[in-house]
Amino acid sequence: MASTTVARAATSRPAPQKPKRRAPLPIELYRSAVGKKYVMAITGIALMGFVFFHMLGNLKMYLGPGHFNEYAEWLRTLLVPFLPRTTTLWLMRIGLIVAFALHIHAAYSLTRMNHAARNTKYQGRRDYVAANYASRTMRWSGIIVGLFIVWHLFDLSWTGTGYTFVRGAVYENVDGSLSRIPVGILYVVANIALGFHLFHGAWSLFQSMGWNNPRFNRWRRDFAAIFAAIIVVGNVSFPLAVMAGVVGVG
Amino acid sequence: MDLTLQVWRQDGPTTSGRFETYAAPGISEDMSFLEMLDVVNERLAADGKEPITFDHDCREGICGTCSLMINGKAHGPERGTATCQLHMRKFNDGDTIVIEPWRATAFPIIKDLMVDRSAFDRIVEAGGYITVAAGSAPDANLIPVPKPVADAAMDAAACIGCGACVAACPNSAAQLFTSAKVAHLNLLPQGQSERYARTEAMVDTMEQYFGSCTNHGECQEACPKEIPIDFIATMNKDYLRAKLKNRRYLSRTP
Repeated sequence: MASTTVARAATSRPAPQKPKRRAPLPIELYRSAVGKKYVMAITGIALMGFVFFHMLGNLKMYLGPGHFNEYAEWLRTLLVPFLPRTTTLWLMRIGLIVAFALHIHAAYSLTRMNHAARNTKYQGRRDYVAANYASRTMRWSGIIVGLFIVWHLFDLSWTGTGYTFVRGAVYENVDGSLSRIPVGILYVVANIALGFHLFHGAWSLFQSMGWNNPRFNRWRRDFAAIFAAIIVVGNVSFPLAVMAGVVGVG
Repeated sequence: MDLTLQVWRQDGPTTSGRFETYAAPGISEDMSFLEMLDVVNERLAADGKEPITFDHDCREGICGTCSLMINGKAHGPERGTATCQLHMRKFNDGDTIVIEPWRATAFPIIKDLMVDRSAFDRIVEAGGYITVAAGSAPDANLIPVPKPVADAAMDAAACIGCGACVAACPNSAAQLFTSAKVAHLNLLPQGQSERYARTEAMVDTMEQYFGSCTNHGECQEACPKEIPIDFIATMNKDYLRAKLKNRRYLSRTP
């Protein structure tokens, strides 16, 4: 017979050494992984709102340079007699920057926690049942979208990327940048990555927020799929339209 | 049936392991998976070799002791079935079957396919317990429990604590286990008085050992008791409420 006594490995992570001081509620919540998932869901909803209205506003480019540039000017003059020019826009931008920062930080620290939770990976091949391509590549689709946003800001907001960039001439800049085929393809690829990210994220947020009810559970997956599809179709149409010459000054 | 097994062999917690290949000819398709391993072990022992160490106890699918990652799936290919209730007829003659232990930092390997799942005990302990004699059981129907509530609590209480949820989870999260343990008490009227203290303590303990949930849904597919991830959403909700409520109680303490 085999020996009956077995040496036990030290059980995983040690408990934290000193109890941390109680912090204000949001910080207290953010210290926990469940709390970080709440933050990811809430910031995700905010970013989804941005992505949706960004796409909706950009549809104006199909109405021609007049409408599109007028819409861009309207964004800068939101609530203008009440607040100075671009103030509302900047408040929304600050909200977005905070949401992005929290979303990325929470994702980073949860990823580290998850990697630590399995120090030896499965040596055989895994056979996943429910985890899909979108859910398993969230980190990568997130990184692609994040890098793309930096490029996108340089391309159409800050400096331009090699075409004749005129600050504030929104329609002409879109035409100048996206009519270059490689750039157009980059926009298409990045938006498909965004679609994958949304396909899982827009479903996942319901679970993280604790929004679970037999009345609407079957709609959650559909909502995520439809939302992702609307965003991808809308956003991908812009570079295609510019490359095809449907949108453009020339 | 003639099978080929690739089994993870590891001499102890600190040594490194490796896959070893064993021929398993003449297996009856009516055997359970564990009975098949018993046969292989008998042959190994007869050859003077060290038998494969694996966890098992009741072999009725109710104790949660058996484990095993079979062909990359926790508890093997059959849905809602623990390894001990998995029959060899679910495999084909000539198959190669890869058998690996659960992999999680919180479930260190003791030997071969046997892991230490006592991190689950730490979570359950954090939920609280009594050590005084609290009298005999009250009358069964003294506290009315609505039928749907009783059913939902029973669904959660079906958890046998096998750890398949952690093993199947790409993040090694123990959300399904903890949420089932939290829910089967939190749903019932008897569990209300310590509902939020229990939720907070159990979740905080869970996070010391395991990963975080990213809603893959892999756990509910692996669960031999088919516990749904709906309980995870409920636990998240209770955890947020716990953070709000417990603080209110704390502020009243002198």
